Amino acid sequence: MSKTVTLTIDNQSVTVQAGVTIWGAARKIGINIPTLCHHFDVKPYSGCRVCVVEVQGARALAAACSFPVTDGLVVFTNSPKVREARRLVVELLLANHPHDCFTCARNQNCELQALAQSLGIKEIRFPQSKPTWPLDETSPSLVRDPNKCILCGRCVRFCSDKQTCSVYTFANRGFSSTVTPAFGKGLSEVKCTLCGQCSVICPTGAITVKDDTAKVLEAINDPDKVVVVQTAPATRVGLGEIFGNAPGSIVTGQMVTALKRIGFDRVLDTNFTADLTIMEEATEFLKRLGANKHMPMITSCSPGWINFMEMYYPDLIQHHSTCKSPQQMFGALAKTYYAQKEGLDPAKIVSVSIMPCTAKKFECRRPEMKSSGYQDVDYVLTTRELGQLIQSFGLSFNDLPSSDYDPIMGCGTGAGTIFGNTGGVMEAALRTAYEVVTKETLPALEFETIRGLGGLREAEIDLKGTKIKVAIAHGLGNARKVMDELKAGNPRGWNFIEVMACPGGCISGGGQPISHDINYRSKRIAALYTDDRNLPLRKSHDNPEVQALCKEFLGGEYGGHKSHELLHTPLKGHEH
Amino acid sequence: MGSVSPSPAQEFDLTKLNPIYDAYKHVVNGALIPVLQAAQEAYGYLPEPVLEAIGEHLNVPISQIYGVVTFYAQFHLEPRGKHIIRTCQGTACHVRNASRILESLKNTLGVSPGGTTSDLQFTLETVACIGACSLAPVMMVDHDTHGRLKPDLVPKILDNYRN
Ligand code: SF4
Ligand code: SF4
Ligand code: SF4
Ligand code: FES
Ligand code: FES
Repeated sequence: MSKTVTLTIDNQSVTVQAGVTIWGAARKIGINIPTLCHHFDVKPYSGCRVCVVEVQGARALAAACSFPVTDGLVVFTNSPKVREARRLVVELLLANHPHDCFTCARNQNCELQALAQSLGIKEIRFPQSKPTWPLDETSPSLVRDPNKCILCGRCVRFCSDKQTCSVYTFANRGFSSTVTPAFGKGLSEVKCTLCGQCSVICPTGAITVKDDTAKVLEAINDPDKVVVVQTAPATRVGLGEIFGNAPGSIVTGQMVTALKRIGFDRVLDTNFTADLTIMEEATEFLKRLGANKHMPMITSCSPGWINFMEMYYPDLIQHHSTCKSPQQMFGALAKTYYAQKEGLDPAKIVSVSIMPCTAKKFECRRPEMKSSGYQDVDYVLTTRELGQLIQSFGLSFNDLPSSDYDPIMGCGTGAGTIFGNTGGVMEAALRTAYEVVTKETLPALEFETIRGLGGLREAEIDLKGTKIKVAIAHGLGNARKVMDELKAGNPRGWNFIEVMACPGGCISGGGQPISHDINYRSKRIAALYTDDRNLPLRKSHDNPEVQALCKEFLGGEYGGHKSHELLHTPLKGHEH
Repeated sequence: MGSVSPSPAQEFDLTKLNPIYDAYKHVVNGALIPVLQAAQEAYGYLPEPVLEAIGEHLNVPISQIYGVVTFYAQFHLEPRGKHIIRTCQGTACHVRNASRILESLKNTLGVSPGGTTSDLQFTLETVACIGACSLAPVMMVDHDTHGRLKPDLVPKILDNYRN
């Protein structure tokens, strides 16, 4: 379909594909029509009327975010009538909005605030009405402040259309309209997977991440504690955006320096345990494939996905790999192996992780995540919280020199780094499985067929005679499709499935920086593949620190007794 | 008397829903509202377990059902009293001390507006002008209008409805 349409916007002629909206056409000629309820990740809803424009010949103003262009349309995006209508909409929103910007988590990163600023609103001509909804702090990961909700419905649409969890709804009418889980319940009382995507798409401070920085600072300031921090793969291609860098900037070295300056005693890398996860998971996969037990096997490193499985498909849980996530493997080793090697008292270690993920805040508190004898990971900070922490330390992030991770658990390969994007765990596992099974060196490391952003991707991989069928799903809507196929008897005969709860994978997790770049996912993914290419080692089994751990601590084998004690978890449904 | 909130442990006979499902099984889209109406008829209101069951049966997310139920004034999430009291808070009534009538109702019944007494006799609601301003302050009990009210008349009027 290549029909084009020519129209006039603010006296400029523009030609676009048929089906494009006025908003899209305007962007093409550098006119940014403001929006609130519209977002590139969800279907238009046309609820807020911030995007109104004047269409010549039409009586009412049109919502540019959903109005499809037609030939010869004449549009004005900034006439006095339009400007007044927009101002009215925003003033009404502000009249019902708490004036909390100073203390709001979204201060300076809020679309409502930015809109008020860009429309030049200097006074609000309506009386302030006091909002009165209680905060919802029941979730371990998120805080909802309905008073800051502008009823844009983005969270409603994302959670139902993309994640198929349908947690939120519009409720009530008129003055008491609100967006809420059913029966006004708290997020922890409904089937919320804690993926945190709603906190990314919310334009305001109505859904934010639970802030754990104060507890981490307290540990850092306690001279008795040794604070060990790990950084997830995706954080290195996200954090930079908070400091004005383009999406896809790789800032690993500056991040390590910043963490050291803030006062973390040891700065280590989750990529190390990503590699270890591959060794454990590939071993488990080959065993299960041979024994044809609980097949197909599904990856288990995305805690939002684990929550989804437990809430929506509890009968299929035996398909999960028993491997803990890299974060939790790291935590279990930090207070055992690492403590031993470094001569530290595990009781004095405070284990912190920097994660792109909001569900990790819940994962670290699961009762089964105490295999070191302590809570394996004490605190999780999201990439956004780290950004805030760095700012509060007055560090000029972009001017920081680069540093290396500390040894013992600080080395990661390219296979570990691509754990952060959809398809990456599968590719890392295949690099290792291939070489283990065939005892030959892989001719080409890049498994191009499983890369990309297709919602559900498949490939058949030939391990020299052993053919395996793999599938990759990202976003819980796609995960649901996979689960429904398994319920229907796995007609496509998959052997190994990778699932990540967030669309795009961890690079666009619920704790990552909020981007307004429509291509931010692919840019961050490309950055992880670049990081992979630039690393000296690119296969998990080549990681010398993982090899040392295996030899010195795991009894010389993966999937052995020690591994099962520390690195695997008896998920419900697995007999042990 | 205190206000009732349906206890979650309360059991509901969900088989009462089966004939309702049957009646609407040919409606491909849009069965939700008629099913909700019929369910409310059957249970007197729409308790959470009933809504959960309907959601499961029609494959509609519970959040969406909650949205519908709270949007339409005809649906009730709480049990309703046998008698519905609507006390006017409109301008004419307001200047004639409607707020004291409301106080008296609250004290007599032990519930706030929107609430239902635990013996399920009365539900208290407020309205803005019922078109009987000349009788202000006014309240309605079911279809009866009671005008020129005084706070101390309220308990007596209500007694006439008890049985
Ligand atoms: S949501 Fe935005 S406008 Fe509202 S208080 Fe927070 S920063 Fe200010
Ligand atoms: S965290 Fe995820 S599942 Fe939970 S409400 Fe938000 S989008 Fe929905
Ligand atoms: S919570 Fe945020 S995303 Fe959801 S409707 Fe309110 S303002 Fe919009
Ligand atoms: S952005 Fe177009 S109506 Fe909200
Ligand atoms: S104001 Fe009460 S009846 Fe009109």
